Amino acid sequence: MTVESTAARKPRRSAGSKTGTTRTTDQSAADAPAVDAQATAAKRVTAKRAPAKRAPAKKQAAKPAAKRTGTGADPDLVQLLTPEGRRVENADYDPYVSALTSEDLRGLYRDMVLTRRFDAEATALQRQGELGLWASLLGQEAAQIGSGRATRPDDYVFPTYREHGVAWCRDVDPTNLLGMFRGVNNGGWDPNSNNFHLYTIVIGSQTLHATGYAMGVVKDGADSAVIAYFGDGASSQGDVAESFTFASVYNAPVVFFCQNNQWAISEPTERQTRVPLYQRAQGYGFPGVRVDGNDVLAVLAVTKWALERARHGEGPTLVEAFTYRMGDHTTSDDASRYRHDDERAAWEAKDPIARLRAYLEASNHANEGFFAELEAESEALGRRVREVVRAMPDPDPFAMFEHTYADGHALVDEERAQFAAYQASFADVEGA
Amino acid sequence: MTMAAETVASTNAAANTVTSKNMAMAKAINDSLRRALESDPKVLIMGEDVGKLGGVFRVTDGLQKDFGEERVIDTPLAESGIVGTAIGLALRGYRPVVEIQFDGFVFPAYDQIVTQLAKMHARALGKIKLPIVIRIPYGGGIGAVEHHSESPEALFAHVAGLKIVSPANASDAYWMMQQAIQSNDPVIFFEPKRRYWDKAVVDTEAIPGPLHKAKVVREGSDLTLAAYGPMVKLCLEVANAAAEEGRSLEVLDLRSVSPLDFDTIQASVEKTRRLVVVHEAPVFFGSGAEIAARITERCFYHLEAPVLRVGGYHAPYPPARLEDEYLPGLDRVLDAVDRSLAY
Repeated sequence: MTVESTAARKPRRSAGSKTGTTRTTDQSAADAPAVDAQATAAKRVTAKRAPAKRAPAKKQAAKPAAKRTGTGADPDLVQLLTPEGRRVENADYDPYVSALTSEDLRGLYRDMVLTRRFDAEATALQRQGELGLWASLLGQEAAQIGSGRATRPDDYVFPTYREHGVAWCRDVDPTNLLGMFRGVNNGGWDPNSNNFHLYTIVIGSQTLHATGYAMGVVKDGADSAVIAYFGDGASSQGDVAESFTFASVYNAPVVFFCQNNQWAISEPTERQTRVPLYQRAQGYGFPGVRVDGNDVLAVLAVTKWALERARHGEGPTLVEAFTYRMGDHTTSDDASRYRHDDERAAWEAKDPIARLRAYLEASNHANEGFFAELEAESEALGRRVREVVRAMPDPDPFAMFEHTYADGHALVDEERAQFAAYQASFADVEGA
Repeated sequence: MTMAAETVASTNAAANTVTSKNMAMAKAINDSLRRALESDPKVLIMGEDVGKLGGVFRVTDGLQKDFGEERVIDTPLAESGIVGTAIGLALRGYRPVVEIQFDGFVFPAYDQIVTQLAKMHARALGKIKLPIVIRIPYGGGIGAVEHHSESPEALFAHVAGLKIVSPANASDAYWMMQQAIQSNDPVIFFEPKRRYWDKAVVDTEAIPGPLHKAKVVREGSDLTLAAYGPMVKLCLEVANAAAEEGRSLEVLDLRSVSPLDFDTIQASVEKTRRLVVVHEAPVFFGSGAEIAARITERCFYHLEAPVLRVGGYHAPYPPARLEDEYLPGLDRVLDAVDRSLAY
């Protein structure tokens, strides 16, 4: 006649009562579901806020708790093209791509193909000894082209060192990007000519520059927006957290565009975060959205939405583009030491370029002639990049003293003169 | 070597005009910031508590009231964020003057200063400029708690791309701030907090000398004392004390740590043949070490004694009750003077 107590099957929370360690262990086990519940709750709030006012009543809240895998089945993942290239409707984000013509769609495809070709050429040039290093964007073309094409000319972009596709969208000559990887300069392009800042190598620093720039945009009364690129690894940096704080409290028109490519060199995203990255935004008081980073249409739509929010004074947005670094971290890396081929194979099935091509073909947006022409253009680009890089001269030795200061510095002048005398001393011997 | 005399003369002359005022260094910097805000709409003040409160030392007192929250900006408590966003604002065409509340609080911003701010102009091959002033109240002698009394100037002087200055009196504080804000390079402006309340005549219509030029503030013939910021006043006191013992000390106010005006030091040492460098910062790898090395190279045959240094010890800045023993004082500097003269 006794009712069986289920409590008896659970570990005692006060087992032994003297063993503090037991209690601690039990405690953390008991906490785990609570964390999950919190995360889920947070996600709902974020999802509700994300599509802002335009959103017709969201069904999302009624959906079951999202999976964290980022597969197409993830209801929190904004996707307009399935990995197979099938267009799926999304009432919130369709308006941002509905005006795209066939030509626009082919343009996005062309951007991705040419970017990949350029990237492959750079990797090859590194293997040939023409570049000291290359950080490949292979696999991230949709995340970069989609977001890059969402920007306006007057917007300002703050990249990491891997935004070759974004640079392409900003009309930065791809060969300009190669100087620093060849070792002839440390950047060298004029950030203001394309509103594309220098590559930033120290992880996350540029998010603060972007935020400050965006604060300046507001002071100027302009309606430009700013986009700051960073990765899943950078999300752990204090500077990224500080940029979220500053952007939030000053309501700065900045889009934080996180390409979660799953790997920070050898460390998986699990080493950076226990919650999906886009949910971080909620704690700072602005929306976060996870978008299929291999779906160029979805990335374009979500980034446009976020940039428009910024322009309209609605403040920052965090966009997490869920993607995959198909190659090594850089040409100095060997990803086979820390990840399995089957993971890559799984992501290959979601390839951003194949996906858009399937859609273009199925929807008759492009014919064989287009693809053939693009193939030829691709090869021409590769050739041009090769030729320019091979012809890139070493800098004059005195270049190291140049531009250390804008207004000059006595010590630099003195050391430059000493260096000149030293160099000249060799010339004397050679001349003698 | 007539500079000291000129300074005194111009100060005396200026004292008779309406443009000259006797004011404390903190007030002089405040007036200088106000002038910059008035004359250039791109100048911004940023920092923790710089707004309503006017800064913990009241250096920005009243500026937010008169120029608004858009130009005198209370920031979140995040030093890296302050400098990082200032960089972004500078890229947008602004001239931010940021305050780091205390010397020991600058290190969260160290990465942004060293890795980003100092190098960005060079990385862009000169195509962008970063006209940012970072104000840091620094140094000890005010009985403060830990991290409020440090002198980290050498940690920045090692970095190419930064300029580092430190005024020793109210007049220099006023004019050097004007020049720092006009500089197209990042300037770290070390304010000797224990001198904030020392008064001097400031002529707001004067024509200031170059920012990075040292000044002979007392002429002498037996030995040169070189210092900057808070130690200049001490060195003048040392020179007075030494004079009573019949020794004639020349005192240099270096004013700028990067670049350092070695020409002025060299000229003085060639005359006096002895040099003692004084700073609050630890002696080891301090700016005195660089001065000693370079002056030894430049003046090897003129020197009668090795260049001596007086500064902090290779120990964490001590609790306030011990700081008088840690910081260079009259007797420690005189001891170094005696040792130099004994060679």
